[in-house]
Amino acid sequence: MSVTTISSRTYAQRQPNWLVRLFDYKPFLIAMCLAPAIGLLAVFLTYPLGLGVWLAFTDTTIGQRGIFIGLENFQYLLKDPLWWNAVFYSIFYTAVATFGKFALGFWLALLLNNHFPLKSLVRAIVLLPWIVPTVLSALAFWWIYDPQFSIISYLLVDVLHLRDSNVDFLGSPWPARFSLIVANIWRGIPFVAISLLAGLQTISPSLYEAAMLDGATSWQRFRYITFPMMMPILAIVMTFSIIFTFTDFQLVYAITRGGPVNSTHLLATLAFQRGIAGGELGEGAAIAVSMIPFLVFATLFSYFGLARRKWQQGEAND
Amino acid sequence: MTDVTASPGNSNVASATPDTMAWDSRARRVVMIYLPLACFIVILLFPFYWMAVTSFKPNAELLNYKEHNPFWITSPTLLHIKHLLFETSYPRWLKTTMMVAICSTFLSLFASTLAAYAIERLRFRGSPYVGLGIYLAYLVPPSILFIPLATVIVQFGLFDSPLALILVYPTFLVPFCTWLLIGYFKSIPYELEECALVDGATRLQILRRITLPLAVPGLISAGIFSFTLSWNEFIYALAFIQSGANKTVPVAIVTELITGDVYQWGALMAGSLLGSLPVALFYSLFVDYYVSSLTGAVKE
Repeated sequence: MSVTTISSRTYAQRQPNWLVRLFDYKPFLIAMCLAPAIGLLAVFLTYPLGLGVWLAFTDTTIGQRGIFIGLENFQYLLKDPLWWNAVFYSIFYTAVATFGKFALGFWLALLLNNHFPLKSLVRAIVLLPWIVPTVLSALAFWWIYDPQFSIISYLLVDVLHLRDSNVDFLGSPWPARFSLIVANIWRGIPFVAISLLAGLQTISPSLYEAAMLDGATSWQRFRYITFPMMMPILAIVMTFSIIFTFTDFQLVYAITRGGPVNSTHLLATLAFQRGIAGGELGEGAAIAVSMIPFLVFATLFSYFGLARRKWQQGEAND
Repeated sequence: MTDVTASPGNSNVASATPDTMAWDSRARRVVMIYLPLACFIVILLFPFYWMAVTSFKPNAELLNYKEHNPFWITSPTLLHIKHLLFETSYPRWLKTTMMVAICSTFLSLFASTLAAYAIERLRFRGSPYVGLGIYLAYLVPPSILFIPLATVIVQFGLFDSPLALILVYPTFLVPFCTWLLIGYFKSIPYELEECALVDGATRLQILRRITLPLAVPGLISAGIFSFTLSWNEFIYALAFIQSGANKTVPVAIVTELITGDVYQWGALMAGSLLGSLPVALFYSLFVDYYVSSLTGAVKE
């Protein structure tokens, strides 16, 4: 504390400018520094979040102020098969895609953790799908899934002769659902792999050496050293992954727009269709708000489910 | 890691029985590492290759797999790119996207540098809670916010204006940048600032002359990350911009280039390729910053 008083006194003697002194007054400076960030977040994040919850309880449409109608929107949604369908597909999409991303991403991270030539180039290439705008790579997938000119169908029918007819990727519900999940996994692998690779590099090699001396097989080294040591970072990456997969919008909007026969609507695309395209802001907001409980549950589950095990193991090791 | 540490063990065994075991371990390495790695790379890159090949193929070749090998181009053409640049508003979309990305990046860098400095260096009561609050803001996905935000934007009279995007993008950029920069500021020794304080520097002088120059790598990481995230943003741009001229590239390709039932695959893929190139270029220049900021943000 004495340091600051000395500095402000000597400074005041040289340049007794009230503005400079004001900016050196700590509470004022803190307020000034936090103002832009907090202001932006309050106006464009906290306020809309509250407004969204309020809108969900009104019958607002575009161009018309709504009135409070209580739980009517939610009661309507509970009777709406499309909403249930979107809930089902959102959960299914998140579960399958997260599993795929983490299985393949972890494998890729383990592969990248070896020494091989051109390693940094390979690492740079791996991250590419994550850098490129999702919608644009989704369009490439749409073209890959084309009913007539799909390159996968070409490979299966004309090159490998495994099938007689083209694969109908996006024409019927289940193939369309899985096609979207594959595209999502493709886009998610790099993020998971690179984050987990960072985690792998923090594990001390001496642990493996000790295990090798004790005669552990490579599976045992993975199961009892790599996996537990990766738990904290897995918990964080998985939390993020689940949140952003569950609320995904771009991929579905670009490839199927919820079709065929509304079978691939996620909650976010359904909210967009009803709220913005259909103009029923209140109902759209209700669909968006209905995502919140799922998100909170998924976050708590992945974060505490994984983080607690890490904590228990930490206790046992100490 | 497992296989690296395994290899000295294998080589010890190999020295006992020379040739066969050495070959065996190399073959094993090819099957266990190089083969899966090659598969991963092919699958991860194929959509980009397909995008590039499609955008330079003439239409006749594009839709005829029987006579032309679809994996290669026999007579490359620039027709799709010419169509894109001269017969659509593509250059204008590119310009809007660029402007929005640059402005929102600078706005969020400004806000988050100050916020990170206040939280990490001007320690005050409750600063950890402010940090936690900003972190939690990152967990609120845009899909929940876009409907109420649309009404807020209309209230402010910003609907259909790129300014709306510039103001809204910081909601997901500021939390990320702040957390990245807090980590960076932590790595700068506090003693440097104390020395400057003793020498009579004001807090703002310290920030400008000492902390910021030392945090340049962190600022670059945060900046390129923000640029990429705002370039890629889709849902807000889709909901808040209506007129064709003001759209950003990702939205414009999906809404303006897809017309009718016959899809112009060549033009669509050319548009996607051109829209991806700026971020891909940017990425190739700053790969290390990307990797460090991605992993740094996760480790925080």
